[in-house]
Amino acid sequence: MASPAAVTQPRKKALSERLRGGDMVAYLLTIFFATLILLVTVYIVYELWMYSLPTLKKFGFSFIGGQIWDPNPDKNVYGALPFIYGTLVTSIVALLISVPLGVGAAIYLSELAEQKLSNILTFLVELLAAVPSVIYGLLAIFTLVPLMRDYIGPFLEKFLGWTPFFQSPIYGTGYLTAGLVLAVMTFPFIISVSREALMAVPREQREAALALGATQWESTYQIVLPYAKLGIIGSVFLGLARALGETMAVTMVIGNDTHIHASLLNQGYTIAALVANEFNEAGDVQGPALVELCLVLFVMTMLINAGARLMITLTTSKGSARA
Amino acid sequence: MTKFVVIGLAVISAFAGTASAADLLINGAGATFPEPIYQEWFSQFKAANPSVQINYQAIGSGAGIKQLTEGTVDFGASDKFMSDEQLGKLKVKALHFPTVLGAVVLTYNLPGINTPINLTGPVIAGIFLGDIKMWNDAKIAAVNKGVALPAKPIIVVHRSDGSGTSFVFTEYLSKVSADWKSKVGTNDAVNWPVGMGGKGTAGVAGLVKQNPYSIGYVELLYAKQNKLGYAKVENSSKQFIEASVESVTAAAAGVKMTDDFRVSITNGSGKAAYPISTYTWLLIPSKIEDAGKKKALVDFLTWMLKTGQKGASAKDYAPLPASVVASELKQIALIK
Repeated sequence: MASPAAVTQPRKKALSERLRGGDMVAYLLTIFFATLILLVTVYIVYELWMYSLPTLKKFGFSFIGGQIWDPNPDKNVYGALPFIYGTLVTSIVALLISVPLGVGAAIYLSELAEQKLSNILTFLVELLAAVPSVIYGLLAIFTLVPLMRDYIGPFLEKFLGWTPFFQSPIYGTGYLTAGLVLAVMTFPFIISVSREALMAVPREQREAALALGATQWESTYQIVLPYAKLGIIGSVFLGLARALGETMAVTMVIGNDTHIHASLLNQGYTIAALVANEFNEAGDVQGPALVELCLVLFVMTMLINAGARLMITLTTSKGSARA
Repeated sequence: MTKFVVIGLAVISAFAGTASAADLLINGAGATFPEPIYQEWFSQFKAANPSVQINYQAIGSGAGIKQLTEGTVDFGASDKFMSDEQLGKLKVKALHFPTVLGAVVLTYNLPGINTPINLTGPVIAGIFLGDIKMWNDAKIAAVNKGVALPAKPIIVVHRSDGSGTSFVFTEYLSKVSADWKSKVGTNDAVNWPVGMGGKGTAGVAGLVKQNPYSIGYVELLYAKQNKLGYAKVENSSKQFIEASVESVTAAAAGVKMTDDFRVSITNGSGKAAYPISTYTWLLIPSKIEDAGKKKALVDFLTWMLKTGQKGASAKDYAPLPASVVASELKQIALIK
């Protein structure tokens, strides 16, 4: 592949000439912006690392596996596992619900719905994405929490109580409630980005499938979806990123309990929620421990993103659009 | 072009004009619990001394101490007195000035029970340790004869954020329960053995309101202003006392004041004393370089102790006992 520089600059010109032409200015300016992104990322990691040095040294890897979080200065024991667990569990619950819903809705909006209806619904979905998270949290406290406590929770316990995941006590707040709120918060992103990806599939692809005798669903399922796979996966990871980092709505409904519970109906805690709750009044060791948790969250997000990249590289086949 | 410059200068001078109306700006930060009365006091003080503007940011006791230590504020405020270690980190030694008193009450949601229930220190510790699990536990029933306690599990609610309220509450529990002291201890954030966490006083109160058969702790002030029911707590003289402005001041009067005003009044003696009470303090540097600031703070403290105290109970804060006011007025002379 030819490099863009070679195309735009067929021969070497004097510096003044190149600057006057604007190409060089644009080149320098944009490379500056691009480097800035890298610098900010590196700087964040550096700062997190420096602030959390005291606990990094003190606890080492036992920080990751530790299950006790005791900020009392007489004890000062810090373990991240309950919060890593809570963050992952709520995000997984959220995706299990929002991915089928979101992708399904996106297929309807781009492939099946009438243009007018599709436009209205898309507008509403984008509106949903813009609602501040504290509002989702408040709404959940007043509607979802009582519903979970009085109906959904007892129902799940009755029929699935034989598994370790749906056992009493039922508080209304907890992992499942937080996961549901996150599902509602992530699925506008998934719909919106997936729909864009589906719309970007060339019309010829659909026409060719239909011409070969495929039904509309066969065309959608076998031609359009694989073509747009990359965009859809991208939307899922965008949603996951929001779920992992969401703070306000989660802390309002998860119960803020620093112990690990297997039951999804029980209460838990996420990294972001704990940091938001405790950082303001944090003690001398507690502060660095909280910053180290941020570092853990950062690494988790990076690993997940890297995993996503790997998955895309491994599964991308000829028929689909490339990044 | 000149027109814009003229307009610009006019705008700048207008801002300069508002700044000069209060030519002395004093910044303080700390405890959230006394914020309403502090704001009231600062605005009343400004009305009497228009040249002094005191700004107060309610960012929490711990954060207030942090800012005072870093020297970014002129004074701090806290619901817990500073430890020797914290005082050692200060460049300029700070003096503690108690301002008002507060209390922590246990608020609960028991459908069908309208009179205040009775609780003892060991029972409260048992509930928050998770040892007492049901409302009709024999230990609760023993102090609530004739009350039809429901056979329901107790849902414990505590603060999820670090808080002076939690500090007072856990300090009290450490005094009345050896188990609590060894397993959990005293701090503004602890490893709660059971229960759900609510963010802020309003978060705890909201969770209690929402969950039948729950119990949590909030400031007396908040409970009163939001008309929450709360329990009578047994004090060290074996009396069940309802928290009120009077019973909190009585708790302060029952404890001998120390020279540096760093004293805990939880589980204090005195027949009418409410046991989960506390002072809240202003932390004033003992040496203030700026003569104007020094005079303003001294004037404020004197005004607060003599005049400000009278307005406290109207805002549901317990005023200081007269003896404490007298010795604080003497301490003002230590500000150099």
